[in-house]
Amino acid sequence: MQHGKYRFIVGFLAVPLGLYALFVVWPFIQSIYYSFTDWTGLSPDFKMVGFDNYTRMLHDDVFWKSLQHSLLFALVLPLVTISLALFFAFMINVGGRRRKGGPVISGVRGSSFYKIVYFFPQVLSIAIVSLLFAFAYNPDSGAINSLLRGIGLDHVQPLWLGDPSLALWCVMAVLVWSTTGFFVVLFSAGMASIPTELYESALLDGAGRATTFFRITLPLLWDTVQSGWVYMGILALGAESFAVVQIMTTGPGGPDYSTTVMVLYVYQKAFRDGQAAYATTIGVALLVVTLAFAAIVMRLGRRERLEF
Amino acid sequence: MGSTSNHGAEGVGRRDLIKRSAALSLVAAPGMSLLSACASSGGGGQTKDKAGKKTAKNPLGVNETAQMEFVLFDGGFGQEYAQDAVKIYEKDFPKAHVKFSATQKIQSTLQPRFNQGNPPDLIDNSGAEQMDMGVLVGKNQLSDLTPLLDAPSYDDPNKKVRDTLRPGIVEMGQFDGNPVWIMYYAYTVYGVWYSQKALDSLGAEYPKTWDEMLQVCEKAKKKGMAGWTYAGKYPYYLPFSLYPMIGKVGGREVLDAIDNLEPNAWKHPAVKACFEAYYELYKKGYILKGTPGLDHIQSQTAWAKGEALFIPNGSWVENESANVIPKDFNLAVSAPSGIDSNDKLPFGTIWASGGEPFIVPAKAANAEGGMEQLRIMLSEASSKNFTAKVKSLTAYNGGTTGITLTPGLNSGVAALKLAGSNVVNPRLQDWYVQLQKEKIGVAGLGEMMAGRLTPAEAIKKIQGFADEAAKDSSIKHYKHQ
Repeated sequence: MQHGKYRFIVGFLAVPLGLYALFVVWPFIQSIYYSFTDWTGLSPDFKMVGFDNYTRMLHDDVFWKSLQHSLLFALVLPLVTISLALFFAFMINVGGRRRKGGPVISGVRGSSFYKIVYFFPQVLSIAIVSLLFAFAYNPDSGAINSLLRGIGLDHVQPLWLGDPSLALWCVMAVLVWSTTGFFVVLFSAGMASIPTELYESALLDGAGRATTFFRITLPLLWDTVQSGWVYMGILALGAESFAVVQIMTTGPGGPDYSTTVMVLYVYQKAFRDGQAAYATTIGVALLVVTLAFAAIVMRLGRRERLEF
Repeated sequence: MGSTSNHGAEGVGRRDLIKRSAALSLVAAPGMSLLSACASSGGGGQTKDKAGKKTAKNPLGVNETAQMEFVLFDGGFGQEYAQDAVKIYEKDFPKAHVKFSATQKIQSTLQPRFNQGNPPDLIDNSGAEQMDMGVLVGKNQLSDLTPLLDAPSYDDPNKKVRDTLRPGIVEMGQFDGNPVWIMYYAYTVYGVWYSQKALDSLGAEYPKTWDEMLQVCEKAKKKGMAGWTYAGKYPYYLPFSLYPMIGKVGGREVLDAIDNLEPNAWKHPAVKACFEAYYELYKKGYILKGTPGLDHIQSQTAWAKGEALFIPNGSWVENESANVIPKDFNLAVSAPSGIDSNDKLPFGTIWASGGEPFIVPAKAANAEGGMEQLRIMLSEASSKNFTAKVKSLTAYNGGTTGITLTPGLNSGVAALKLAGSNVVNPRLQDWYVQLQKEKIGVAGLGEMMAGRLTPAEAIKKIQGFADEAAKDSSIKHYKHQ
């Protein structure tokens, strides 16, 4: 049965690989090509300009700001989201007090309810979430400042999205709120596959919640955490950060460029300023950042695999 | 590693998830694939329709059987006025087929078509997704509308279209030299908008000097009303009253120098005086609390509810805020207050200019048809229809007799009358979009009015932005003729 094996495999792989090359690899190559031209996106004629776009990018303050914000997104968001999600998932699945007659390992009271509550934002489209929060952040009549007034904090009325030192954090908070639930469910799935005997023996040895978490749950969940990290980082660099920044801080990316991110800048250059070639140049930079991010996370996160 | 068999119990399994994240990473650099999707496909473009015979009834020589495609921006003015005009076209050319569509996504629907060389015949290039006019002109994508302007008007064969238009409309459609690339259809009055009723209740008149302005604001403040609010998230609404004020205080040349990106244009004493005047509003607490965090709709709503007296805006505000403006609001607009009697231009100096830019692409198959449609829209009847339906003036000079004007429109007409020839038209917002909106607007004026920059710092920053734009070879530069 060995002969013809490769032909068999190639037969199956040819079509998906072909599609992949056509719709993924080829556009990447095209974009890199366009980044060396002066294409406007509004007319089919353009000429080669060599490294002009790249030189310009290196001297572009707004680009550096957007890069800085994107990197902050990629570092802070996964860290916060995943820590929160791990904590919640642990409490839902493992962290409960032992109840009489119940299973040895269980979540806190009402954990199935919490699971739904956490996951709920995931059901809403990011556009809706952004709009809702844009209203909540309204300094004049929004929910947050009204709440502050309601509890007597009349003098604490921040401008939220209108304040350059807060705007970026406001936007990040929304992303944390809307994505944590997904990771809670993901990590719950992972935790459910950890054999209960391990927990039981840990309990017999007198381990508390924290020890159980750091010595058993986290190491056995490491692969999931790692892929979750990459996933979240890519979201933070790409689609999600674009949506919240574009919708909530609208237009130019916050007061005084305080929330501009790379994807937004790509969009603005291509579809507002008629500089598609320059936009692809920033796109190439974004590609490099994304690849570097994934490589670093995979590299740093490498651990010995645990078999159980 | 562990089992992945518990899908049912716990929702998403691990393996699924990893697969998903892998799939996602393929679309990771979103800008990239997105852009290439509309990558240039070269191509020869479409063939032009043969022109028809020029007659008295058909002065532009429209091919009577050719299709005419018209894409309208579906914005604050709706689409009814254009549909009405299309009906007239269909009546005049019964054998022609008109393909009419309206969209808010001008750029996403039309950019690829420009790129492929088969754009529609007439476009209302407006709204948030407006295509950059400078680039379109620079890349020879637009038709020169001079034949339309020199054609006889729809109503009177002895009058050219050009002679029926409001002053400044033709110049606004030009960039460098004679060709006219854009036909602005609406006519917008910019200025300070307020409720006459609220002003009366304070026992005040619209202030003509800045001292009076501060007094009115003080009176309002005592009544628990803020003096001003503005679209804090889009501070590029502030120039609607600030630029004409600069023009009034220092004369037209100051605004022209700013538009021409001349060195030190922003350091003119008039600019400084006006910036300091506006900053005074912030310092004295006359700005509605929280304003820097409001968008245009939110600030207009607060203003309509009577939380603030004045708002810088354009004449579209009457239609846009129609459902929040109370019945007895008595909407009014005024030219900006000046500093004092030493101002170069009299009180009444106002910013008014064309809005809703219509273009006929150079590669349109039926460019004559597109221009003919515009000629129809510039007739007195169509202009009246527009004004009656959407509460805005058109480029057609007149066309308001015989229809009842809404309060805002009425006061706009009065303001134009008072202004006479003192109408200024700063061009930054159509020549240098990014400079005007993001840099001067958000990073400069917005920061100053939020109290995070002093006027001197704001001027220095804005001058820096302007110098940068003047040096930037990737944008096309224009000069006042």
